[in-house]
Amino acid sequence: MSSEKFTIDRRKLGLLGAGLAFTASRLDLMPSLIPQANAQTAAPTSGEPIKVGILHSLSGTMAISEAPLKDVMLMLIAQQNAKGGVLGRQLQPVVVDPHSDWPSFADKAKELLSVDKVAAVFGCWTSVSRKSVLPVFEQLNGILLYPVQYEGQECSRNVFYTGAAPNQQAIPAVDYLMDQVNVKRWVLEGTDYVYPRTTNKILEAYLKSKGVTDADLMINYTPFGYSDWQAEVAKIKAFGSAGKKTAVVSTINGDANVPFYKELGNQGIKATDIPVVAFSVGEQELAGIDTKPLVGHLAAWNYFMSGDTQLNKDTVAAFQKSVNDPKRVFNDPMEAHFIGFNMWVKAVEKAGTTDHDAVIDAMIGVSYPNLSGDYSTMMPNHHLSKPVLIGEVQENGQFNVVWQTPGLVVAQPWSPYLPESKNLIGDWLPPMSCGSYDVVAGKCLGTKKA
Amino acid sequence: MGLASWGGCRLRPDFPRSLLTVLVIALFLALPGAARAQEDPFTDIAATSADVEARGVTALAISGNPRAATVLDALRDGKLYAWKWPRPDPPLYIRTDRGYVDARTGDPVDAPALTNIRKVIVSDAVRAAIEIAEAALDLFAKDVAARRKAAEALFLSSDPSALPLIEKALAGEQDSEVARVLREAHAAALLKSGTGSEADRLAAVRDLAARADLQSRSLLQSLQDQPARVAAAIASAIAGIDHKMELWGLAENVYYGISLGAVLLLAASGLAITFGVMGVINMAHGEMVMTGAYTTFVVQRLIAAFSPALDQFGLLFAVPAAFVVAGALGVLIERTLIRFLYGRPLETLLATWGLSLILQQAVRSAFGPTNQDVTSPAWMSGSIALGGLTLTVNRLWIILFAILVLGALMATLRWGGLGRSIRAVTQNRRMAAAMGIRTPVIDALTFGLGSGIAGMAGVALSQIDNVSPNLGQNYIIDSFIVVVVGGVGNLWGTLVGAILLGVVDKFVEPFAGAVLAKILVLVLLILFIQRRPGGLFPLKGRVAEA
Repeated sequence: MSSEKFTIDRRKLGLLGAGLAFTASRLDLMPSLIPQANAQTAAPTSGEPIKVGILHSLSGTMAISEAPLKDVMLMLIAQQNAKGGVLGRQLQPVVVDPHSDWPSFADKAKELLSVDKVAAVFGCWTSVSRKSVLPVFEQLNGILLYPVQYEGQECSRNVFYTGAAPNQQAIPAVDYLMDQVNVKRWVLEGTDYVYPRTTNKILEAYLKSKGVTDADLMINYTPFGYSDWQAEVAKIKAFGSAGKKTAVVSTINGDANVPFYKELGNQGIKATDIPVVAFSVGEQELAGIDTKPLVGHLAAWNYFMSGDTQLNKDTVAAFQKSVNDPKRVFNDPMEAHFIGFNMWVKAVEKAGTTDHDAVIDAMIGVSYPNLSGDYSTMMPNHHLSKPVLIGEVQENGQFNVVWQTPGLVVAQPWSPYLPESKNLIGDWLPPMSCGSYDVVAGKCLGTKKA
Repeated sequence: MGLASWGGCRLRPDFPRSLLTVLVIALFLALPGAARAQEDPFTDIAATSADVEARGVTALAISGNPRAATVLDALRDGKLYAWKWPRPDPPLYIRTDRGYVDARTGDPVDAPALTNIRKVIVSDAVRAAIEIAEAALDLFAKDVAARRKAAEALFLSSDPSALPLIEKALAGEQDSEVARVLREAHAAALLKSGTGSEADRLAAVRDLAARADLQSRSLLQSLQDQPARVAAAIASAIAGIDHKMELWGLAENVYYGISLGAVLLLAASGLAITFGVMGVINMAHGEMVMTGAYTTFVVQRLIAAFSPALDQFGLLFAVPAAFVVAGALGVLIERTLIRFLYGRPLETLLATWGLSLILQQAVRSAFGPTNQDVTSPAWMSGSIALGGLTLTVNRLWIILFAILVLGALMATLRWGGLGRSIRAVTQNRRMAAAMGIRTPVIDALTFGLGSGIAGMAGVALSQIDNVSPNLGQNYIIDSFIVVVVGGVGNLWGTLVGAILLGVVDKFVEPFAGAVLAKILVLVLLILFIQRRPGGLFPLKGRVAEA
């Protein structure tokens, strides 16, 4: 889409270009790396299946979001097996259920890595579950593909982040509101936990760098599962009556959203008065709720089910067929698993082995078509390059894309807007091989690759 | 587009607009702002920037082009396509069932290659522009309500280019209410335009100050570069509105508190029976509420399938259904589980907690983990403006429902046959048994009654919260708190406790934020329970010891 106003500024375009050029220059290095990796592990000759771990909650509060991810993984594995598997071996899914309990995530991850000896794990949803399995994956040198948009400030060698970093979701959404909707006053409304707190800290710093004053900024937090939004919405309404266009940037967690939008609707606030842009409301959350009060409000994602590429239509149809339900929806984290799984398959084939170290190195630089019509690439910082789309909620629970970035955006896991991380970058290719490299001090703050 | 097509538009016999509309458009055309649009009114309508596109919509609407209405409709329905690449006079297409037509002329054209065209995006800003454009044409409608709505829309848009139009409408307006809104719209547009004499502006500020709502405040605050006297008037008008809003804000907080209290009361009434009267610590109480909410969902589905005409009244059927379903479940639980645990509170607590997990997972397995779609009927949506108060209709109904449920419950306990037996059994079980009351049956029915009321609470909660397996969990703690604060075994206490908790919560929230408010309320509770362990209205005398 051409646009008179690019909301991606030159600096970011430069970064994007640099990232792409960097990957391109490193791609040709890859072949020389891989034989070394191969030398350590002999290519398997047995027809034994390759085990793939699926670590998503199938019971408890998070089942609503995570259970569909298990379904999509089973479909992808079945598809790959139908194509002859990987390295001539079949893939065997190992499904475990950490039942929405954070310590269980670590236990189950340990079980997958040390008992089942899986080649890779696809899993986690909340940041706290990811934080709880992180030490396990680093200790046992496993591979985790994490499919959900998150707050950044992390870059582990053992994790591939296939969801969006803040600069691939939150910042472009704010840019859209600022440049296209002329928003001057901001409400940052979130649920009280790590993702909204960190995202809002980044957004606050970003908005202030754009000249937004404290008087034009309101930050609110509400508890998990909050349902009595009357006073909060009245506060937003009053805040929005200062004569400047006001918008709400919502990091409200799944379940609290419906009562929030209902209250907005009931108090007579329309999307045209005070638009709400949400980072946690997708097709899955809209499925099975009364969408009337949400129509016209916005969401920022890297994928919408309504996209009209052929690959998207085929994938969605295949998924609905695999779960035998033509009404099931496909959403952004599911697309992330789609890309992540296929990249992992390519990386294993490139490495010629499922050995974790070899695959981790082989993942970098792998490209695979995403469902929005571009090629996403796994960058040296273990994050994907992604398009950013802004969609409006429609009555049928789908999104109508109203804006998208002119190209792909490369992730910045360390936010340049926060003082503690502004000098940090992650790069897991030699010579740096470091997830948190301080470019000013010129040294690695985290553990280097052993 | 020049005057030529003006002539054309008047000459075309099938042109649907009335002469009046043409006059309106002529008024618009006289404006300097519209002059740009005379060249090609379609220039900006396919712009990729939502801002430019919205302006394009307004320009097209007031251009008087005979194709305007068709093209705007096509745009709204997502059927308008534009040339993808830069070129002079980019063509515009409308996709119809039979192929593509040229948007400017309406003539059928060969289907363009899909790689060369893009769908014109309709964002909310554009939809708003379309709405306002249509509202402007409603200003001269026969229907008073439609005129009023149009005037309100013009007030909200406060578009200076609408000034002549508003003046014309104002001159002919008979209805005083519509005239008032028109005057306000006129004031808003005048102030926005930055024209007009100082006296006119002062009058306009007075009109807006009299309206005294958030919109007029917002508008006044957005004004800049006004003469000193006008600026002073604006400042005092804003201060006046703020003062008024503050007073209304207090009343609003009380309303929020009461409505939260009503929700708590509904959730806690059932528990006041099972815990308050029977002394059973029922951790699965929340799941009874959830059962009621899911019953609502099933009833709505059944009605949609069998008699869609009753669609709006599904909730009326859901209330008794939820009572019966949750009540029957309660009786079943009492007979199979709780009766073996009387007098052993710790075991009851553990057993019912386990039961709550079983019920949650059972519902998750049966209905799926996702939220269920319970719709709100039209008579439970929107809000009523009462002075400076915005009373949301669904909350009003819930307050009313809570009062009815509590009233019915009290009446049953006081005058009903079952109520008499319940009181007899709880006051002196052995004496009641000696008098011929079958105490095990009464125990089961009492538990069923409490559960049934929880089920009815679920119907109400399905209107304001998510219908998910976790629904009950969110209310179980609050319910226990309400019953304990009110005084165990006392329904009036439950009422006062619920309202008190709701109001305290809503008064703390604006100062402390929702998260801290919750903590502060709990701290206050601990202090309160320490001072008065029996709650607000402790039971006295022999009953208390029984």
